[in-house]
Amino acid sequence: MTDERHEHGHESTEREARGLRQPLEVHHADSGAPAVDGVEPRTRVAREAIFRLEGVTVSYSAKPAVRDITFDIGRNEITALIGPSGCGKSTLIRCLNRMNDLIPSATVAGKVLYHGQDLYASEVDAVEVRKRIGMVFQKPNPFPKSIYDNIAFGPRVLGMKGDMDEIVERALHHAALWDEAKDRLKTNAFGMSGGQQQRLCIARCLAVEPDVILMDEPCSALDPISTGKIEDLMMELKKEYSIVIVTHNMQQAARVSDKTAFFTVELDEDEKNRTGRVVEFDDTEKIFTNPSDPRTEAYVTGKVG
Amino acid sequence: MSAHGETVAAPRGEAVGRPAASRRVKDAAFRLGMLVCLGLAILLLGVLLWDVAVDGADRLSLDFITSFASINADQAGIQAALTGTLWLMAVCAAFIIPVGVATAIYLEEYADNTKWYNRLVEVNIQNLAAVPSIVYGILGLAFLVRGPLSLGPVILAGGLTLGLLVLPVVIIAGREAIRAVPPSIREGSMALGATQWQTIWRQVLPAAVPGIATGVILSLSRAIGETAPLIVVGAATFVAFNPEGLDSNFTAMPIQIFDWISRPSNDVNDYRPLAAAGILLLMILLLAMNSVAIWLRNRFEQKW
Repeated sequence: MTDERHEHGHESTEREARGLRQPLEVHHADSGAPAVDGVEPRTRVAREAIFRLEGVTVSYSAKPAVRDITFDIGRNEITALIGPSGCGKSTLIRCLNRMNDLIPSATVAGKVLYHGQDLYASEVDAVEVRKRIGMVFQKPNPFPKSIYDNIAFGPRVLGMKGDMDEIVERALHHAALWDEAKDRLKTNAFGMSGGQQQRLCIARCLAVEPDVILMDEPCSALDPISTGKIEDLMMELKKEYSIVIVTHNMQQAARVSDKTAFFTVELDEDEKNRTGRVVEFDDTEKIFTNPSDPRTEAYVTGKVG
Repeated sequence: MSAHGETVAAPRGEAVGRPAASRRVKDAAFRLGMLVCLGLAILLLGVLLWDVAVDGADRLSLDFITSFASINADQAGIQAALTGTLWLMAVCAAFIIPVGVATAIYLEEYADNTKWYNRLVEVNIQNLAAVPSIVYGILGLAFLVRGPLSLGPVILAGGLTLGLLVLPVVIIAGREAIRAVPPSIREGSMALGATQWQTIWRQVLPAAVPGIATGVILSLSRAIGETAPLIVVGAATFVAFNPEGLDSNFTAMPIQIFDWISRPSNDVNDYRPLAAAGILLLMILLLAMNSVAIWLRNRFEQKW
């Protein structure tokens, strides 16, 4: 498997030079290999699994919000997490870059393997994880600085070497925002429209050269035209990055994603606790045209909201 | 609509009319009442200022500012007190800014609210802001002027005493400013791989600076007029020199004004205009500081 991001000069030595405590090893999974322990028979290992979730359960103050999540996320693919509100999709995606660490009452059980390494092992530094796994949030959250400083912030705090002007320009090109931003780089980011701000957040994420981009409902606050632009952007980005997207918009999932995980909410028998689970995880086409589980079918055909 | 001013519900289907007469009258009476109260407050302040201005405006001049205190009322000036006050404010600011901001950052960003000691600190900061200023004077006397530090009745001791007095205000203002920064900014920063400290230093604090600056200036505005703690700490009343350093004896404007007021005035030496001029100068300083605070707040106000 060639390193498709060679142009960025990604070699393991450079990663070590950036101060990683543990050089992460690339884990090559054979396509079509038989199920590994804990991996449901329905999941299929993609060309290469970048994430392997095994029995992941996230609880807030000991109440499980999402339970026994097991599937793989493939490299250079877009994996969509869909399902009704409150089924823990955002909770799960925040596990992938350890953003749930910021919530004191959250605990994560199970294994989240990134390139074969457990992200929640005690020797793994959450800050290092987030350098590789970036996130775009539901509501665009540009910093109250200029466009230039927004994008330069990541590289600056990470101590990335190189010409900052070039890094900023490259990130803006990557996010399809260069033409709109090039004449106003020093103006405040809040002067941009919602769609532009979200693309700015994507550019900001790209500037630190991550491996994976997590998107938590990136288009739900935007109008359809901006949404379309971002979806086009995602199709471009997946050539170089792996993307996981949480979306309420089923058509969006059908349009852009390669694999889809359908979540549902279950009520606990005794408590009134709502817990999310993955009902089905498969190729997007299969989920939307010929789902195996009746619950999936009910959701994607719109019988259930 | 009742003709006698009772409140009657409009019959269904009819267009909504104006409220009954009595309600309108009450509304107008309430507004008038509020205006009268406001007018009274402004009037009182205006009368006070007018009285002081009438007595002291003539005396306020460059000579006044550049002369030192003297038994001879015609030659007396406020220079020693003015420079003393400025020195005290400098020491006070140098103390409250780092300590106040650091405390605010700790309480907002690092402290775990479930721990008892953090809750204790939080409750006590509110209490400390309400403690009478003379208590701080005694604290300063016991620990700074005498006792462990034994600095003596000098600028450093006076400035630190004032700093302790107004520190809770800075902490509270700093906390408000830091709390006003939305969590989405912090999340965005952490998601890029910044550490907590980098997030605070490069995102949260810069966004909180206007609020913190306002808090600092308002604290200094309060400190500038405090007399009791300075008397206890040992500000001299008759000082004819400018402070030379942190270990210099000193006086301050409120003390000097107090001194002039307490002296018996006769036809030969009338100290009252001096006191009035001193008060005017103090008010001008205060007004200037508060204007800077308001300007800072408006100029850098963050619209999220």
